Amino acid sequence: MRLESENPLTLSNNGSSRIGFYVCHCGTNIAGVVDVQALAEYAAKLPGVVVSREYKYMCSDPGQELIQQDIKGNRLNRIVVASCSPHLHEQTFRTATAKGGLNPFYFHMVNIREHVSWVHEDRTRATQKAKALVRAAIQRVSFHKPLERKRVPIHPDVLILGGGIAGIHAALTMADAGKHVYLVERDPTIGGHMAKFDKTFPTLDCAACILTPKMSMVRAHPNITLWTYSEVTHVEGYVGNFKVKVKRKPRYIHEELCTGCLACVDACVYKDARYPDEFNLGLGKRKPIYIPFAQATPLVVLIDPETCIQFKSGKCKKTCVEACAERRAIDFEQREETKEIEVGTIILSTGFQVFDAKRIPNYGYGIYPNVYTALEIERLINASGPTAGEVVLRDGRKPQTVGIIHCVGSRDENTNRWCSRVCCMYSLKLAHLLKEHTGAEVYNFYIDIRTPGKGFEEFYDRLLKEGVHFIRGRVAEVTDWAMTPDEEGKLVIRAEDTLAGFVRRVPVDLVVLSVGLEGHADAEDVRRTFNITCSTEGFFLERHPKLAPVDTFTDGIFLAGCCQGPKDIPDTVAQAGAAAAQCMALIDRGYMEIEPNTAWIEEELCSGCHVCIAMCPYTAIHFDAQKKVAVLNEALCKGCGTCVAACPSGAAQQNLFRDEQLFAEVEGVLV
Amino acid sequence: MTAIKQMMKYEADRDKEFAHWVTGVVGAEKIRQCIQCGMCSATCPLSIYMDYTPRRLIHLAREGFKQEVLGSFAIWLCASCYSCTVECPKQIKVTDVMYALKRRAIQEGAYPKRLPIPVLAREFYKMVRGHGRITEGRLVFNLFLKTNLLKMLGMTRLGLGLLRTGRFSFFKESIKHRKELGALLDAVKSSKEVAA
Amino acid sequence: MTTYSYYPGCSLKGTGKAYEESLLAVCGALGVELKELEDWNCCGATAYMAVEELSAFALAGRNLALAEQDPVDLLAPCSACYLVLNKTQRYVAEYPEIRQKVEQALKAAGLTYRGTAKIRHPLDVLVNDIGLKAISGKITKPLRGLRVVPYYGCQIVRPYATFDSQTHPVAMDQLLKATGAEVVKYPLKTRCCGGSQTGTLPEVGLRLAYILLKEAHKRGGDVLATVCPLCQFNLEGYQDKLASEYDDFVPMPVLYFTQLLGLALGLPAKQLGLRRSLVPSEPILARRNLHAA
Repeated sequence: MRLESENPLTLSNNGSSRIGFYVCHCGTNIAGVVDVQALAEYAAKLPGVVVSREYKYMCSDPGQELIQQDIKGNRLNRIVVASCSPHLHEQTFRTATAKGGLNPFYFHMVNIREHVSWVHEDRTRATQKAKALVRAAIQRVSFHKPLERKRVPIHPDVLILGGGIAGIHAALTMADAGKHVYLVERDPTIGGHMAKFDKTFPTLDCAACILTPKMSMVRAHPNITLWTYSEVTHVEGYVGNFKVKVKRKPRYIHEELCTGCLACVDACVYKDARYPDEFNLGLGKRKPIYIPFAQATPLVVLIDPETCIQFKSGKCKKTCVEACAERRAIDFEQREETKEIEVGTIILSTGFQVFDAKRIPNYGYGIYPNVYTALEIERLINASGPTAGEVVLRDGRKPQTVGIIHCVGSRDENTNRWCSRVCCMYSLKLAHLLKEHTGAEVYNFYIDIRTPGKGFEEFYDRLLKEGVHFIRGRVAEVTDWAMTPDEEGKLVIRAEDTLAGFVRRVPVDLVVLSVGLEGHADAEDVRRTFNITCSTEGFFLERHPKLAPVDTFTDGIFLAGCCQGPKDIPDTVAQAGAAAAQCMALIDRGYMEIEPNTAWIEEELCSGCHVCIAMCPYTAIHFDAQKKVAVLNEALCKGCGTCVAACPSGAAQQNLFRDEQLFAEVEGVLV
Repeated sequence: MTAIKQMMKYEADRDKEFAHWVTGVVGAEKIRQCIQCGMCSATCPLSIYMDYTPRRLIHLAREGFKQEVLGSFAIWLCASCYSCTVECPKQIKVTDVMYALKRRAIQEGAYPKRLPIPVLAREFYKMVRGHGRITEGRLVFNLFLKTNLLKMLGMTRLGLGLLRTGRFSFFKESIKHRKELGALLDAVKSSKEVAA
Repeated sequence: MTTYSYYPGCSLKGTGKAYEESLLAVCGALGVELKELEDWNCCGATAYMAVEELSAFALAGRNLALAEQDPVDLLAPCSACYLVLNKTQRYVAEYPEIRQKVEQALKAAGLTYRGTAKIRHPLDVLVNDIGLKAISGKITKPLRGLRVVPYYGCQIVRPYATFDSQTHPVAMDQLLKATGAEVVKYPLKTRCCGGSQTGTLPEVGLRLAYILLKEAHKRGGDVLATVCPLCQFNLEGYQDKLASEYDDFVPMPVLYFTQLLGLALGLPAKQLGLRRSLVPSEPILARRNLHAA
């Protein structure tokens, strides 16, 4: 059945089709199942085909040469290659076509490997199928139009959201390369989780000692605009051209005037600190005017309006203002400020949150006072923590026995399925540090010991040498009821020592829960602001788990660090460097070419019904209120075809998938 | 001199049919995914009395070591408290596996004849089939009859106490529609059971 | 007057008589009518499932099919019955092969199955349907000074935590608090009492009972409150043996929570089956000046 449509042999623009057809053997991958000889012979007889060849490896240099020579030698104006998946070599052949002097979009590819030779065994029927697909392609290609890849310029500035080690490293890398970076951080200081650690595994480097120099460099760098206590509220635009609104929350301090002398903190009417401090996870205390920790960057105090008397009652002596004297950095009238910036690329390095141990009541967190999470213990161990490095129980005694429970909120269908990757190593580290600080007997309860990194297995060996008890068994419960006199007044851990083959009750003074890593609770909101995706686990989704771990599906937006998945510091830093490189690649080239398989809206046909706008998953279409039509932004369009299918008036159409092309293809398959 | 046993297990010692059967037990769909973490054994209040802890039984069963599993004392110690089922990080319904192993052991007669728990199960079963309800006093009496009559003497004080407080049931409890119940249970018998 | 269908289960007609008596008395006082399910059969408890699987579901299924005939919810006080009926309903819904066999079997008995029965526990009904406020309003003899240890056992919270937390349930704690009693913080509130092991394997079962009672005493409890007839029996029935086995064992009365509630509602002891206890509760009640009517 032939449709009453354009005669494929006469084209709207330049006369008759002169098609070059090539079928690739792909070694025996295709030729082993499909009769490529017969296919080439068949194609040669199809209308419009001038040249029909079969060749062992079309993607090779000689293969590509063939195309180029034939275009010139036979005045070809269309090319069809039947070989593997376009995912692999569409680009290769388009380039070859272009080199031959033809618009690369006059090329079309047929997949007779993944769609035929790799999924069928019957040679005759496979060849039949291949013939049908080839016929379809040859009919279609005549309707191809010449297309140009559009270029969008790339604004040289960069936005990095999240000032932990990932954001810091990426910022420094790019700032050193001469790019201007906006580093936006939600907390009043940069440093992230790493600033809270005492030592890092496996070298036991002091975390603050290796981090704070980098933090200072960020502050001092002329190319970095550091906005802490700030959040991104709105993102608009597309790769190379993002318009971002950043909300700067009021510290009630003029950042540029504060010298970080802390005189105001000393002078505060509260003589003693009494409010739980966020940096020490509530284990320490701070005043309403405070600095998060000694090396906070920027070294600027902030006032908490929830606890400051001046804010709560309006009547305070304001001794802080007095102490600040001629600097006059304190300003109770400070308002939230919104900044609007333009950037070309964005890196998200928002990090992680720890698993809430209250979700497993069996482990007694929040029920028994001496059950801590690993992060809380880090603060106790740290010399600048709430107990100045003294690891003590809530009543001040030194613990004589410590139990460390692995996999809390990880590898568990009831909470989080995944392995959080760093907990085995940090549990070993804590075992070492706790033994060092207290001399206590330490028991680690684990399921597997995962030590894949450099020096990690050696670290485990060291811990074994130090005499830490390793009991392989997932802990069932932490309770305070005693079965023997030794257990009185202690926390009892019950686990099966699977390697020994019996159940054990181990009484300890202190329990440390090795909590897993999760995506932030507001990851969904953040991802929507930036128009990227999250995985089911709640981390931001990378473009490809193996080959594109820092890219997202949105061009121009990259990921670095734990916001993409749990990982340790070296991997985080590596990803930060990778994301920086991706940004710089775009910036240095200065432009990005957009695949022209985008859709467009025919203004005269558009009825302004808004259906396409609602349906577009990439928010690429907006409504022009004046013209009362939908307008599509090619830079955001991913060519998914949803608007084309949805448009009731046929106004939405798509390059490379135009109606006449599709109809010709379908007809070709069916005949 | 104590006999020295050889503990080596060969592939021929594995009963592949048994291993396959276990994976088909209702509730044991994820049994192959057990990572042997030991949570079930750790939370089980009776595991300390078992010859093989629940974790070990799961592994032995999925590997096909039928003799060890069905001949174990452990499966009879399970009190069906469901702690293991609730805690298992792979959501394996360990309690259901235990029930299936009990059933198979009874079917194959693989339990010591005078072990009270399987005998109790069978007596319970017979009484319910016959009358639709349990008469506790009679059930206990039957149990002791079949296992250890002398033990009953040790229970006299308790028995008298129950009599005194009117809690000793000896008059046959029964439902009215025994025939219908019989038909119901026979209808199941005639069709093949889901898990052997 | 709210009405519920009532499934006593075999134990409540035998060793658990006091449970039935006190439950009926309490319901009467709170304006709840219980209609015993006509010709109910044994649910199978834990024993039947150990012998056959499908017929165990069919056996329990008969009760569900009978209950469905009345649109009211079905009250199942015994933990094992509560669990079995719930489990049967869920497995029949989840596994098509089980559903098919059970429906087939029920058909042979002239019954149909739709899966619409709602199985409730008295704790659930008291706390959530009637409400603590209404109950507090009817308390005439608050159990002031009586230290009660709330013991849930396993089968009403595991594996189906339909109305309370699985690891730290509070329904009974709240109810007992409403009676004016002092509720003891008890970490073993959901630890298994031994179930049917206690009678058959005393060397195992007794120790489990000992652990529970010892800790209850250590925490200062006067009386242990239970929800399950088997728990009640296990914990109460062997206290003389425990006393001879363990030097530090102190006997403690084990009552049903409905008996305690009944006392607080001012109901007479006879109606609550208090004299059916093997470890009498009268002494401790007297000591706390809470004489039963």
